[in-house]
Amino acid sequence: MKPLLTVRGVETYYGAIRALKGVDIDVFEGEIVTMIGSNGAGKTTLMNTVCGDPRARSGRIVFDGRDITAMPTHEIMRLSIAQSPEGRRIFPRMTVYENLLMGALLGPGDDASIKEDLATVFGLFPVLERRQGQRGGTLSGGEQQMLAIGRALMGRPKLLLLDEPSLGLAPLIVRQIFSVIRDLNRTQGLTVFLVEQNAFHALKLAHRGYVMVNGQITMSGPAAELLARDDIKAAYLEGGVHA
Amino acid sequence: MDYFAQQLINGLTLGSIYGLIAIGYTMVYGIVGMINFAHGEVFMIGAFIALIAVLSLFALGVTAVPLALLLALVIAMALTGLWGWAIERLAYRPLRNSFRLAPLITAIGMSIALQTFVALTQGARSKPLPPVIRGGFTLSEGNGFAVSLSYMQILIIVTTVVVMAAFSYLINSTSLGRAQRACEQDRKMAALCGVNVDRTISLTFVIGAALAAVAGLMFLAYYGVIDFFVGFVAGIKAFTAAVLGGIGSLPGAMLGGLLIGLIEVFWAGYFTAQYKDVAAFSILAIVLIFMPSGLLGRPEVEKV
Repeated sequence: MKPLLTVRGVETYYGAIRALKGVDIDVFEGEIVTMIGSNGAGKTTLMNTVCGDPRARSGRIVFDGRDITAMPTHEIMRLSIAQSPEGRRIFPRMTVYENLLMGALLGPGDDASIKEDLATVFGLFPVLERRQGQRGGTLSGGEQQMLAIGRALMGRPKLLLLDEPSLGLAPLIVRQIFSVIRDLNRTQGLTVFLVEQNAFHALKLAHRGYVMVNGQITMSGPAAELLARDDIKAAYLEGGVHA
Repeated sequence: MDYFAQQLINGLTLGSIYGLIAIGYTMVYGIVGMINFAHGEVFMIGAFIALIAVLSLFALGVTAVPLALLLALVIAMALTGLWGWAIERLAYRPLRNSFRLAPLITAIGMSIALQTFVALTQGARSKPLPPVIRGGFTLSEGNGFAVSLSYMQILIIVTTVVVMAAFSYLINSTSLGRAQRACEQDRKMAALCGVNVDRTISLTFVIGAALAAVAGLMFLAYYGVIDFFVGFVAGIKAFTAAVLGGIGSLPGAMLGGLLIGLIEVFWAGYFTAQYKDVAAFSILAIVLIFMPSGLLGRPEVEKV
């Protein structure tokens, strides 16, 4: 397998606080990799550091053979990385359709491919087609999450970064969203890096997993193995193998 | 009734000019959250560039007035846009992540610097432009009062409508406009979508300055005289218009501009000309008491 994203010894600071303390991860082409960990562990910081904001103070990030450690965010994304960020960040005063067009900036950009990608996204999330003309800010949480993922897919990314797609959503919707991701990975070989607090669902979906504690990777391995470990069950799946 | 119609025409003309300047305030506020107090001076510079361009074109033998005005418009828009770009690059961008008041103070400094620069290089005396477009229609006559609509007024209103239509199309229906709105709504997410945020902010200043240049040329042609200080009063009025319409709202800026123009002209026409500014500002105060986010502005609270 070809490495798509390689992170080596990355340290990120917020002022004087060291949020990432030398993180190493790999994401290979065609994989779903998840990063689990509790609130405040630094998972989102890692994802944002990959996207160049905040910038890594030391270490090296390579995407698709290019060193992106010092690149500005918009240039990194144009190498075909799409992010569905924490809190979804839908453009609230743009329509659903316009939000999707914003995602298409990373794609090939011609009318035919935009039309094709719109059809794909509407096929995955039919509710978005019905809500096309509605302002993004008026959608429900689940619809906004679908829109955030749809917007990311519009750019035909080589790597899809998903930050907490299950946060605050009803179990049924979480299952729907996760099954869409699984299908995209299986049918189109989409590479996904998923940050999740919902460790059970994330490890069920992913091929491999990392566990982050206090800005450091403490465990890694095939997702099924992590899921079977007692210490992981105790720390992250406590109170609910919510099947 | 005739008197009313005449004031309405005059008010719309003045309001068009205010509206075009107000857009620059509201766009910049929307995207970087600062009041660009130097924008009035950008309008003044636009008027000066237009004046120099018109006189140079006449001197070069371009005597066809419509052609000269059109060329002057293009030149003024381009060069004033460049000024807008340079001002943002030099004075505001380095302070973007500074404390909130820093760019505001710089903007006031920039405003003084630009005024002084023009006063020094162009002289402090007012500069006349001989009337370039004379005549007009007399709409009605009687009771000893004629309602007239000058060609100049028609030109100003039509130009404003055309420029506004082009501008609305740009903002609402092009990918450039979408990128601009995306930066305004969520700068970080816009960058994640691949938008070059710095360039989009630069472009916002350029567009705002180009619209101010249109207003500058129309002001020059309508009043026939400008000086280095015209940007101050016009700027304050346009800023008032932007706040009245709802700062951050583009249709609000245009509506606010028209209203301020109408209020001023009607007050001067029916009451006293000396107090026209007081009237405009009083209406602003009253509207803000009852609608703190202006006529078309959105309330601060948003559903998350």
